[in-house]
Amino acid sequence: MALIEVRHVSKVFGPAPKKALALVREGMGKDELLARTRNVLALDDVTLSVERGETFVVMGLSGSGKSTLIRHLNRLIDPTEGEIRIDGVDVLGLPNRGLETFRREKTAMVFQRFGLLPHRTVIDNVAYGLEIRGVAKAERRTRAAAWVSTVGLAGYEDRYPAELSGGMQQRVGLARALCTDAEILLMDEAFSALDPLIRSQMQDELMALQGRLRKTIVFITHDLDEALRLGDRIAILKDGRLSQVGTPAEILLHPADSYVRAFVKDVNRARVLTVDAVMKPPPLRLTDETLEEALAAMQRRGAEIGYVVGDQGYRGIVTRDAVSAALRNHAAPNVAAIAVDSPSIGSGVSIAEALPATLASTFPVAVVDADGALAGIISADRVGEVLAPFEAREAAE
Amino acid sequence: MFPDIGTPIADTVNQFVEWLIVEHGAFFESIANGVLVVLVAIEQTLRSAPPPVILAAVGVIAFAASRNVLLGLAMVVLAWLVGCLGLWEQAMQTVALLIVAVGISIVLGIPLGVLAARSRIARAVINPILDLMQTIPSFVYLIPAAMLFGLGKVPAILATVIYATPPLIRLTDLGIRQVDHDVVEASRAFGATRGQILRGVQIPLALPSIMQGINQTTMMALAMVVIASMIGARGIGETVLIGLQRNDPGTGLLGGLAIVILAVIFDRTSQAYGARLQAYRRVRS
Repeated sequence: MALIEVRHVSKVFGPAPKKALALVREGMGKDELLARTRNVLALDDVTLSVERGETFVVMGLSGSGKSTLIRHLNRLIDPTEGEIRIDGVDVLGLPNRGLETFRREKTAMVFQRFGLLPHRTVIDNVAYGLEIRGVAKAERRTRAAAWVSTVGLAGYEDRYPAELSGGMQQRVGLARALCTDAEILLMDEAFSALDPLIRSQMQDELMALQGRLRKTIVFITHDLDEALRLGDRIAILKDGRLSQVGTPAEILLHPADSYVRAFVKDVNRARVLTVDAVMKPPPLRLTDETLEEALAAMQRRGAEIGYVVGDQGYRGIVTRDAVSAALRNHAAPNVAAIAVDSPSIGSGVSIAEALPATLASTFPVAVVDADGALAGIISADRVGEVLAPFEAREAAE
Repeated sequence: MFPDIGTPIADTVNQFVEWLIVEHGAFFESIANGVLVVLVAIEQTLRSAPPPVILAAVGVIAFAASRNVLLGLAMVVLAWLVGCLGLWEQAMQTVALLIVAVGISIVLGIPLGVLAARSRIARAVINPILDLMQTIPSFVYLIPAAMLFGLGKVPAILATVIYATPPLIRLTDLGIRQVDHDVVEASRAFGATRGQILRGVQIPLALPSIMQGINQTTMMALAMVVIASMIGARGIGETVLIGLQRNDPGTGLLGGLAIVILAVIFDRTSQAYGARLQAYRRVRS
């Protein structure tokens, strides 16, 4: 079971939420609902799940309900209808005390406008979550100081938030959230108020921290580039409904509807997508087959090329012609002996970086993972297909 | 055309006050005595202390509140002027009255302000009562108060509290409601209880506003001392009253000046303290 389960959650703000929701179920649209009943439909039947350890990005424009959605996860907002389970616990069923304990231990939040306590110094802000839990002063100061320096603010412990720049304030916000050791990190447009340069710096740092900490992050943003950069999976929210949930590659290559398509149209896919997101499995993987076996396998599959893998990982390629020639000359006992070392691409490399090698090669290039193992192959055709605009792809089909 | 509701209201109130006096007279008397004990103790201390000690205390308090030597000295000079006006004793009586009245106002006013900020219903009930307290002529409640507590200092304190508490309640309420919603939400998100949010976030951030309320309450309490003297509270108000009764504008003016000087001392000191509370808002370079 996923760590966070949101099922059929709907939220209406206004004088008569339940009645309004009944009207929506009868088919009334969001705009008509507002005009007729002054109720705002913020979330409409949202169902999603977030796995432990993943970075889940909710993307939407202002008014899409994304900030409302994230506030349901720690119940800063109660849904009008639906079910929310976190780590198996029915969050909506928690009494006040239980909810407070849940918020202290399970979740921590970072806010768009920082939400720092202006009358407290940096270190006391960072220690706030521990203070709420009743951790003794000396201990919480020690733990907070460690996080202050982790986010790069050592030396600023005794400053007040008003004395810091926006980027520094949000570092405090991040340190405050991390200091509680909560498993779930809720980030509500955490970097949206920052300058572009600072923003991408903070994104890098968040990813580096996440590589180390493996938190479960729910990240809200209106910025698609940010979503693609940070998200293991992305949910696209429009007018309170989920348009699509998927990996960045799925969203970019197979947008579910015209809204998502319009969104991703202008994204530079070559830079955003990595080769492992678009590579294909190798048509023929050879290990220590004899030349006869190899040739038979190549003929059976109609493969001109085989990718040879040994104990140490990827070895190189053999062409069908080379195998036939070697067989005629009795030149080698098996395919491994005649494998030709050929260029390969590391997985995790962007398509843009892989482009020269792919185009220069006459056959699909091997993609090799960090351990040196063969992960897949990528061809010039595949790259062309991925990078072509949707219109061109449809015309081709 | 106008049905007479005035007579029954007046009659009912008269009967009610009479019933209070007859049935609960002892209760009110014990309250009066309690307040009186505190008041007399403070008054005795202030009056028996040698003036130089009081002057030094004024200087130390003003400096502690403002961290400004000049302001501390200025307050000492002002207090010394009160003595030069020949109204030292009276001023001490008035200050004692003020300390007790403002103390009671704070004890009542801040919790009521917090209540008003947190509950719409409480605010709907409290607000019209505050309007009433601020607008109704003080003699209207001075008469029954004097009947219940007897003439003297206790009804004077009661009248002062009724007149001076509303701004503190209003400013506490306002201050708490004006605390940045984002900050309150953040502390909720970290699992703070209502009490933790109130103590750790709302009250500290509303403190400048609350201090303004205490300042206003003190100023209004000072304005009440002349009225209070009419029901037997002594102090500077009495000097003003005597000036009025004896057709002696000079004496009246002296009393008035002394009240103004006291007001300036309390105001500057508490304002300076309020400003220092907001020091974190200033950006150090």
